[in-house]
Amino acid sequence: MRAGRAAGDLAFRLGTGLFGLVLVLLVAAIGAELVRQSWLSIETFGLNFWRTSIWDPVAGEFGALPFIWGTLYSSMLALLLATPIALGIAVFISELCPNRLRPPLVFLTELLAAIPSIVYGLWGIFVLVPAVRAAETAFPQALKSLPFFSGPPFGLGMLSAALILAVMVIPFTSSIAREVLKSVPVAQREGAYALGATRFEAITAALYYARTGIVGAVLLGFGRALGETMAVTMVIGNSPKVTLSLFAPQHTMAAVLANEFSEAADDLYLNALIEIGLVLFVITLVVNSLSRLLIWSMARSERQAAATTVVPAAESAA
Amino acid sequence: MRTLGIAAIGFTVLVASAAAQKMQIQGAGATFPNPIYSKWFSEYNKLHPNVQINYQPIGSGGGIRQITGQTVFFGASDGPMTGQQLKAAPGALMHLPTVLGAIVPVYNIPGVTGELKFTGELLANIYLGKVTKWNDAAIAQLNAGVKLPATDITVVHRSDGSGTTYIWVDYLSKVSPEWKSNVGVNTSVNWPAGVGGKGNEGVSGIVTQTPGSIGYVELIYALQNKISYGTVRNAAGEFTKATVQSVTAAAAAAATQMPADFRVSITNAPGKGVYPISSFTWLLLYENPKDKAQAKTMVDFVKWALTDGQKYCAPLGYAPLPDSVVKLELAAIARIRTS
Repeated sequence: MRAGRAAGDLAFRLGTGLFGLVLVLLVAAIGAELVRQSWLSIETFGLNFWRTSIWDPVAGEFGALPFIWGTLYSSMLALLLATPIALGIAVFISELCPNRLRPPLVFLTELLAAIPSIVYGLWGIFVLVPAVRAAETAFPQALKSLPFFSGPPFGLGMLSAALILAVMVIPFTSSIAREVLKSVPVAQREGAYALGATRFEAITAALYYARTGIVGAVLLGFGRALGETMAVTMVIGNSPKVTLSLFAPQHTMAAVLANEFSEAADDLYLNALIEIGLVLFVITLVVNSLSRLLIWSMARSERQAAATTVVPAAESAA
Repeated sequence: MRTLGIAAIGFTVLVASAAAQKMQIQGAGATFPNPIYSKWFSEYNKLHPNVQINYQPIGSGGGIRQITGQTVFFGASDGPMTGQQLKAAPGALMHLPTVLGAIVPVYNIPGVTGELKFTGELLANIYLGKVTKWNDAAIAQLNAGVKLPATDITVVHRSDGSGTTYIWVDYLSKVSPEWKSNVGVNTSVNWPAGVGGKGNEGVSGIVTQTPGSIGYVELIYALQNKISYGTVRNAAGEFTKATVQSVTAAAAAAATQMPADFRVSITNAPGKGVYPISSFTWLLLYENPKDKAQAKTMVDFVKWALTDGQKYCAPLGYAPLPDSVVKLELAAIARIRTS
């Protein structure tokens, strides 16, 4: 009987372990296949692929820098816009919101996450872009000398892309941040109130307690923004340029893949596009690893802090 | 167990006999001719219920890759294959023009409702970013009597690789040496100016919303969505509006010098009444296909499409092939080995 249960245990462990291994193999296989399929481009351009800006399918000259720039810039801007709002929503729902209002608000944020990105894209073209164009046209001339606001007001461009990405990222970040805040022990809050903390101070304490989870929520939103394709390509203007200007049409890695893959007949062109996929893969991997590292180091310093406070107490007891 | 075995055998027999009667042919390629191809395949299926042709509109580039890899029986492309691409294919490939399309310039200028006139050189200079205001002398000179505002020109192009772009830039490089040397021809290019919209709907969406913009879309798209478009000066010096007739005329003009492999660009075609930004779209077939039964069926279908099938073109906004081209093609199809 016992032996049978142990065998079952072992089988279960091996089985789940195998599934875990499948995941690792899958990621490795994707990486290997991307390298294999883009080998011609890797061989031809080497590192220059990462740092040159000309994308000319006619001449067979390919540089990914404007796409890398566009992806990172739009995602960063989206994060900058979305994080405060998303955290505000999470704090309101989990801490301040009247009980009756909570379920509809939760439902609404989750609904935002379920809207297909093509719908966001269409909304972007027909509603957001004209509004952004109007705002850009009315923008004070004096500020237009700043590098962030230079260029003609197209409406389409980095600003529209960042705004639409922010809207798309908010439900992800806020949902997870809300869950994280919910998991803060009640004793933590009660302790804060017991020490005479105001509501604001108690919430700040809860946020501090949940900080690793919140950083995780923000970085998940970043990952979402990096890979978003359809909505971005519809509003960003699809023009490969490296510029700080929010008004300028730019391009992203995911967008150029969606745009040009189906018609790329030439070998080098196709290889270059797949290498863009590889670059996106590598950047996503690096961003995710960095965020893991950040969360891990935060958790570790917490443990150390906890250990150092415990040790003197133990000593005094001895 | 036994009944299962018998059922399985019965099922295989059934499938095998169905396969003997039904002829399925797979094809893939350009999206531009997809509406007319779908119409043809369904009409042909009504006439020959045992023939079913499946077409995947995955783009010209995809079509060329699939036919080269022999994963489909026929391919389709809006631009002719290059010599290098033809060499990469495992057998001799034949180009067969099926229908014609045209690309038209669309614009949105505050206060201008009439039809604007363009020349190829002017369009090239606008797309090169050299003509940047609507009241530029080059535009005003062609459109005497139209009150043009001093608005900036927003150039809109396709962001996705497309046969539409291929035809547009092919025309621009024929009329502008500067375009030819600096930008060139492909399904997507390194655009010197402007913003990119995805698909015909992306380009027309941006144009209709952006005051002072100019873009290019397929004639069918402009007709179906009632977008007004300008006339373009042809090689004979006339300002022509794109219509089914003026596009067919362009092909007829080119037919006199048709190369044997039909890989010909008819943009800026000579002759009167010709719309200059016109193009064929092609089917790609092996001259000596492996599957002779499919080859026979496909040849029959192509013969039908080039003759009786042409009447379905105009209602869908495509221009039918001129008779002179059809005659050349019917002679060429005889080269396909069906036995």
